[in-house]
Amino acid sequence: MAASAKNAAAAAPRATTLLVATRKGLWTLTSDAARRKWKLSGPDFLGHIVHHALKDPRDGKTMLAAARTGHLGPTVFRSTDRGRTWKEAGKPPAFKEGSGRTVDHTFWLTPGHSTQPGVWWAGTSPQGLFRSEDGGVTWAGVDGFNDHPQRKAWCGGDQDGTPDGPKLHSILVDPRDARHLYISMSSGGTFESLDGGAGWTPLNKGVRADFLPQPDPEFGHDPHCVRLHPNDPDRLYQQNHTGIFRIDRPAERWVEIGASMPKSVGSIGFPMTLHPRDPDTLWVFPMDGSSVWPRISPGGKPAAYRSVNGGKTWQRQATGLPKSQAWWTVKRQAMTADRAPTVGVYFGTTSGEIWGSRDEGRSWKCIAQHLPHIYAVESV
Amino acid sequence: MIVRIPTVLRSYTGGRETVEIAAPTTLGAAVDALDARFPGFRFRIIDEQHAVRPHIKLFVDGALARDLATSIAAAHELMIVGALSGG
Repeated sequence: MAASAKNAAAAAPRATTLLVATRKGLWTLTSDAARRKWKLSGPDFLGHIVHHALKDPRDGKTMLAAARTGHLGPTVFRSTDRGRTWKEAGKPPAFKEGSGRTVDHTFWLTPGHSTQPGVWWAGTSPQGLFRSEDGGVTWAGVDGFNDHPQRKAWCGGDQDGTPDGPKLHSILVDPRDARHLYISMSSGGTFESLDGGAGWTPLNKGVRADFLPQPDPEFGHDPHCVRLHPNDPDRLYQQNHTGIFRIDRPAERWVEIGASMPKSVGSIGFPMTLHPRDPDTLWVFPMDGSSVWPRISPGGKPAAYRSVNGGKTWQRQATGLPKSQAWWTVKRQAMTADRAPTVGVYFGTTSGEIWGSRDEGRSWKCIAQHLPHIYAVESV
Repeated sequence: MIVRIPTVLRSYTGGRETVEIAAPTTLGAAVDALDARFPGFRFRIIDEQHAVRPHIKLFVDGALARDLATSIAAAHELMIVGALSGG
């Protein structure tokens, strides 16, 4: 796709706002129109573990933040005035009484379909799917998933999963069809629903799961981050525990696209983010998944990798980033892109830095530092 | 009954360190009374299966209580403690 066509639908230059969810609260970074100067404000919810925060693109003013503290149970805070004031949800995500399951934290938030104002989806740890129909005030479990007879087989027990707990994440809504959904789980894999969440089918064929005994299993995979392109909703990308994959529906089989990454870097990572208009352009941020899985930038030399051809080839993008001795990680929700004509790409690190590129990853600049461990960065 | 509120929950009580509630018959009734007065309070300290959350301790007249069915009809004080949640 030609560059001019890629940018045809681009918005006029405007300030970018980033919501930065951390282990100790929520901060906001706002740029000037040129995205050269940034102002940090916050914190909101100081001392809360904030796993995710988003603004509703449908009304431009509702914001949700998923939070808990070390002592207190999980909740969702909501604002209807762009974050100026917040109120706690009346009924946060919680499993059914008698189910024996308890939500440790709400991990992922996704606004619903454009035709369903007020609908939000939430993924929890351990793996649970929840839905709100009133803008995040009250939440109910999605029985089609939470009570599915195969759920335990798909996910394992509530103690299985990542060191911070097993997670349901990457809740994707097909912009053409509010009933067409995807979810992903660490662990469990990626699943599809064609009926608004009543029924679910595994969608993992082709994704390597070499930590499982059987080849090409139906489920049990470990997707770290799955993205659907809004301009081509049949195109999904997946950064997995085992590599980078892509699927073009109605295909039922993922194709590995990380094989051309440099061998010294590998194709394992947590986050990925997509160009907002070009379905062939995406960024990943590899980490060291060798030996005992250090999960830091390979060799202490952080770099983003960009593909402009759907994953056929990758280019290293490290200009401006530390050249050595930088041992941080970028988590699965901590990389995002804005919608400027020349797309800005941003990521937050486990050491509390935000790095930004105003030229689609060609060069990077540290735009905030000294923050707590960063869980999520969203351009809103 | 006097309820002593830890700092981690004072955002719900408007900063008050102690609140008074009408004499509850059980520990669960005390928590429900607090939730009715301070919406959202209960779920932060009691999970959806009615268990006290791991880093919360409830002391009734100085004795640790973990079962919401515990009778506290004759008790004078409920002390809520946020304990050892890590760094």
